[in-house]
Amino acid sequence: MSAIENVAPEDQPVEAVPKRAMTIGSGTSFVVLLLLLIVPLFAKNFIIFQLTMLLIYGLAVLALNILTGGSGQFSLGQSAFYAVGAYTTAVLMEHLNINYALTLPIAGLVCFAFGFLFGQPALRLSGVYLALATFALATAMPQLLKLNFLEHWTGGVQGLVVTKPDAPFGLPMSQDMWLYYFTLAITLAIYIFSVNLLRSRSGRAFMAIRDNEIAASAMGVDVALYKTLAFGVSAGITGVAGGLGAIAVQFVAPDSYTITLAISLFLGMVVGGVGWLPGSIIGSAFIIFVPNIAEGISKGLSGAVFGVLLFLIIFLVPHGARQIAIVGQQLIGKLRKN
Amino acid sequence: MTALLNIKDLRAYYGQVQALHGLTFSLNEGSLTTLLGANGAGKTTTLRAICNMVRSTGAVEFEGKPLTSRSTENIVRLGIAHVPQGRGTFTTMTVEENLQLGAITRKDQAGIVDDIERMYTHFPVLKQRHTQQAGTLSGGEQQMLAVARALMLRPRLMLLDEPSFGLAPLVVRDLFKILGKINREDKVSILVVEQNAQLALELADHAYVIETGRIVMSGNAKDIANNEDVRKSYLGY
Amino acid sequence: MELFTNQILAGIATGAIYACMALAVVMIYQAIDHLNFAQGEMAMFSTFISWQLMQVGVPYWGAFVLTLVFSFIGGIAIERILFKPLTKAPILTNVAGFIALFAIINSSAGLIWDFTIKQYPTPFGSSPFLGSQLISTHQAGMIGVTVLLLLALYFFFQYTRMGLAMRAAASLPESARLVGINTSWMIALGWGMASAIGAIAGMLIAPVVFLEPNMMGGVLIYGFAAAVLGGLTSPFGAVVGGFLVGIFENLAGTYIPGVGNELKLPIALALIISVLVVKPAGLFGRHIVKRV
Repeated sequence: MSAIENVAPEDQPVEAVPKRAMTIGSGTSFVVLLLLLIVPLFAKNFIIFQLTMLLIYGLAVLALNILTGGSGQFSLGQSAFYAVGAYTTAVLMEHLNINYALTLPIAGLVCFAFGFLFGQPALRLSGVYLALATFALATAMPQLLKLNFLEHWTGGVQGLVVTKPDAPFGLPMSQDMWLYYFTLAITLAIYIFSVNLLRSRSGRAFMAIRDNEIAASAMGVDVALYKTLAFGVSAGITGVAGGLGAIAVQFVAPDSYTITLAISLFLGMVVGGVGWLPGSIIGSAFIIFVPNIAEGISKGLSGAVFGVLLFLIIFLVPHGARQIAIVGQQLIGKLRKN
Repeated sequence: MTALLNIKDLRAYYGQVQALHGLTFSLNEGSLTTLLGANGAGKTTTLRAICNMVRSTGAVEFEGKPLTSRSTENIVRLGIAHVPQGRGTFTTMTVEENLQLGAITRKDQAGIVDDIERMYTHFPVLKQRHTQQAGTLSGGEQQMLAVARALMLRPRLMLLDEPSFGLAPLVVRDLFKILGKINREDKVSILVVEQNAQLALELADHAYVIETGRIVMSGNAKDIANNEDVRKSYLGY
Repeated sequence: MELFTNQILAGIATGAIYACMALAVVMIYQAIDHLNFAQGEMAMFSTFISWQLMQVGVPYWGAFVLTLVFSFIGGIAIERILFKPLTKAPILTNVAGFIALFAIINSSAGLIWDFTIKQYPTPFGSSPFLGSQLISTHQAGMIGVTVLLLLALYFFFQYTRMGLAMRAAASLPESARLVGINTSWMIALGWGMASAIGAIAGMLIAPVVFLEPNMMGGVLIYGFAAAVLGGLTSPFGAVVGGFLVGIFENLAGTYIPGVGNELKLPIALALIISVLVVKPAGLFGRHIVKRV
């Protein structure tokens, strides 16, 4: 059965977010950066570890945000890229004794290639079909990592233990604190890169595809190239996050990277605001802290409490934290006028 | 004659942008009125505001009943049929299903069956194609289907948004002839929005000219058609 | 060769489960235009309600009917309370809502009925069907119910005015409002029907997979896959898709070396995706031509 249907420009699954609205003002950025720099100095090691994870998941959410918010492609497979990044780092560090800092760019490149290649067949899919395809990737990954013939490298179900690096140059700080600042530096670099990427020619191409694929191709945007490129970049950043995650947790195992992780990252993106890069860190905070809060409120019903909290958030701010930022900006604007 | 539709100080907005700036006009029972104006003057918005499909303020009364707080579907249920721009055809359904949908709010099965037959006599081409998917019809046929679908409601008032759009001149003439007949024989009041002013004025008995969201002229359709100044400055022919 | 036919038979038997769930998926997709990730959990909860009713002495078919009514009303209530307020929110926010609903239902069911598995009765018996060890009378009954359900849905959508109105609301909401259809209620009705169909699926599946709060996790994914494979707009396609997925899965498990139980799912999904790459609208879906 086939029918011709004239659909007026279809409702876009992802809202058009103007480039300008994707970042925050320099004043706010400065305050946030200052907080990120100072807080760990006064925190316990466990808190510092959590802050490190906050940054790492923030990176992974950011990566998804580039893919979904930037180019309009939906992915439930981010956990697979995260896993590949984590295993790349772990294997390089533990089997080949490569310095941890050097493993990260390799993890990024491996994942970039993986994402770029995965983007090829995914090109023909969109919406729920793409969701299903990426979902398949996410469910397959833990099983693939358990495969027998890889066991020598991956450690099979047992996984691999990763050594936590010491601070270099005899710097007087704990391993956790060093890793935090190391992660912070990488996060900032990637954040700045991402902001610039979305402002560049490629970023404009991503957004043109997001807003109207047919119109974009009519304007001469190489849709296939940029869609796969978006997948590659997103996977690459996720891979770096995965590598950092492996170092921070000191352990990789197949079952750490299930579909649950991919869903968490997705929720982080929605809570932070789809297409709003600074929201990634807020989304990451949601991923890390809200399940704990839910557990704290009720042990037996933690899932239900989590669901209710999530509903409250999306009822109050259906556009995520971005909505709060916009309201805040308007308020400040009004105050300045008066 | 009593006013069927009364509009007072109608203002409409798309987001922050105001598209209508206080429209006031009325429509008599049994009349065939046309709303003329250039592109972007607010003709479509006026029709959409009557059916509450766009954010608006002001008073709209139909047979004395206020419409402003009603939802679109409830307004339709009062007997206002709206043929939107682009015709709103259910393209994946058959011609007959489209007609059935026009009468979806009616309860009288027998009446519906009769009306479908009546539409087939008004528009014989629809009968030939009644099992075809509506999306496979030509533009003119789809417009006829849209008008027929609207009539299936047994409306008191029919709102038509640019029925001539994209149709060949001969098809437009046919369509307008049928509209006139429906107006006279079925006692359906019609408000038709048109860019093709010449044709609309031939058909209508009353006309309003709208410019940038305001009514700038109203009167007997013949008078407006014969007034050269108006024709030149507003209607462009 | 006998192994092959046996695997196909076994595939049809499991496929019946997926076909049933896929029908519910198509139903909700027609109404709201996306997939509801919490649908499996809703079905699981309904199944528990029917189990509870049977525990207090209601006979099977009584519990069955009561559960359908409960599920229908429950589905409408969920839409009215939780998702109507999100109508204007972005689609991805709605998806987050489905995940939240999933968490709420799963966790509540766990608290009320705990996570131990429970036996669930079948009205069809579980002896071999027509002498075959691979298909039991229950599975045959399940195929029968699925086909009946499919026919009922087909009749409803093709020949009733309500079905026509629901189709219209799903395909062009604005035009539907312009003929006087209350599209918002059509969506709620879609939720109710999907919830009731899901309940039927749950009650038929429970004797096979046993009753517990996580019973639908895998089933829903296969149900999605089946619906997508068949083309999300076609109930018939969904049922065919369900059987195909069941057969795929069994054949992959048998003939592709190194595929244990664990890799069955990804391989079945990969196969489906390859089909979709060739036929993006699914096997029986309507191809929609897009324009700017």
